[in-house]
Amino acid sequence: MAGLAFDTIRDPARWIAEGTPARALPAARTGQEGRPAAGTVRFEALSKTYRSAAGEVRALDSIDLEIPAGAIFGIIGRSGAGKSTLLRAVNRLEEPTSGRVLIDGAPIAALDTDGLVALRRRIGMIFQHFNLLSAKTVRQNVALPLVVAGVPRAEIGPRVDEALRLVGLEAKAETYPSRLSGGQKQRVGIARALVSRPEILLCDEATSALDPETTLSILSLLRDINRRLGITIVLITHEMSVIREACSHVLVLEAGRIAETGPVWRVFGAPEHHATRALLEPLTRGLPEDLAARLRPHPAPGAATVLRITYSGREAPDLSALAAAAAAPVRLLQAGIERIQGHAVGRMLVAVAAAGADPGVEDRVRALGGVVERIGYVATDD
Amino acid sequence: MSQLMIDRLWQAAFDTLFMVGVSAGIAVLAGLPLALFLVISGPGGILPAPKANRAVGALVNGFRAVPFIVLLVALIPFTRLVAGTTIGVWAAIVPLSVSATPFFARIAEVSLREVDPGLIEAAQSIGCRRRHILVHVLLPEALPGIVGGLTITVVSMIGASAMAGAVGAGGLGDVAIRYGYQRFDTTVMATVIVILIALVCLVQSAGDTAVRRLRAR
Repeated sequence: MAGLAFDTIRDPARWIAEGTPARALPAARTGQEGRPAAGTVRFEALSKTYRSAAGEVRALDSIDLEIPAGAIFGIIGRSGAGKSTLLRAVNRLEEPTSGRVLIDGAPIAALDTDGLVALRRRIGMIFQHFNLLSAKTVRQNVALPLVVAGVPRAEIGPRVDEALRLVGLEAKAETYPSRLSGGQKQRVGIARALVSRPEILLCDEATSALDPETTLSILSLLRDINRRLGITIVLITHEMSVIREACSHVLVLEAGRIAETGPVWRVFGAPEHHATRALLEPLTRGLPEDLAARLRPHPAPGAATVLRITYSGREAPDLSALAAAAAAPVRLLQAGIERIQGHAVGRMLVAVAAAGADPGVEDRVRALGGVVERIGYVATDD
Repeated sequence: MSQLMIDRLWQAAFDTLFMVGVSAGIAVLAGLPLALFLVISGPGGILPAPKANRAVGALVNGFRAVPFIVLLVALIPFTRLVAGTTIGVWAAIVPLSVSATPFFARIAEVSLREVDPGLIEAAQSIGCRRRHILVHVLLPEALPGIVGGLTITVVSMIGASAMAGAVGAGGLGDVAIRYGYQRFDTTVMATVIVILIALVCLVQSAGDTAVRRLRAR
């Protein structure tokens, strides 16, 4: 039994093929002509306006976006940017004011209660505060989606075991949620969301209530689930570190509008919108204080030019080429280069000795790739 | 105290327990659906029905506004219709239930309202229908509060049942008034008070234990 269940998880095709009746609905998975692959979410001119005593608030303003099947799609923005509203529109916990949401190419607005219940069984969801039922054991919590779907009792047991094994909580099956740690509770939430074998998993600030270490373990679990089961994951967060850690694509929302979207390495490497830069700020180190104190706006005899190079590319920055381009001694003041999705992304601060009189140095360095800014001059102290 | 008096007290204690027990049962059966309706039909509920919600709310308030001794008399025609008589234990059970039901409904309503809306949202997200939300989320999550509310209801019903003597239903309160007060029998009065205190303590501690067990999960 254990072996069989394990194989089921290992093999996405079987996991999918053995899905609940809800999964086998006519909205076929692949192969059918003109249909997107299972797990595709599309927003068309989606808008949501809240009316309150204080007046109208546009939470979402004509969002057009496609989330590709199998992506880990991060939605980031400040509080009130509309990320939660956008996420909830996917399973109609939130009804849009105008525009459409399409899952696998089929619009969801017209679904009746039965259709909506069937849709929600294809879309799992986890929450910031876990939202586990305190009166039920871990096993009963995870089993609930199957119980209410009318899955035969004999089938429920093995599937709950399988889901608990997936999140590494087999040993806690008979425990009540109040006895679990935050990370364990979120794992139960994930098991509950996955037990119906959904094609999409929505994560509503799923790591915001967790400590950094637990956050990393939950994110790595999500990546693992995405890779092994091929589930599309849509997550919202206000922390760029979560996006960097887990996501393949990112959407930056600002006041209900799309500020920027694309693969994470590109958005991180060359942020174009001020909202993106503001969100990236905590991740990027500023100018060191001692250096900032010595930085002068104008060149002085014997001063070195300080350049900030914002780099993103397939290849890691070539330091010897940098030295050759500078045509002068180069000191590395500060650098942070990371690998994101096979791309080197990051920033460097370099001081080029006595380049004050050489206006061409920026252009030559720029030719090596990256965005180059001359941020000032420092007197060399030795 | 004579043997006769002791027998009378036993009978009275039994009558009180019987009246309160049956009425509490009816109050739960009628009050819980009322409370559920008030919660799910209210603003932000899973089945909003503002007009019906206000109407039921007003009805509940109306019954709660009438003092029990007045209700006892005012309901006499209704009692005759339901119980077939206007005197005796069954004649007291009707007004006791009618008075306890809205009381319990309001207390249960508060507990049901305190269920985290996030849990209802989670239930919706996994494909629960409304009835599933009632059975799997609202009732089990509110159960400790509901049991605590039932304890309060039963204790206040033991108090109200003292007035059942007005319709000849007997009970401990009736004995205290007729023998203790009208015949100046201080021993009977004191005994009844002691029994009532013991009864209330018993109910309260049983309720508290149940709530503690439920919350310990």
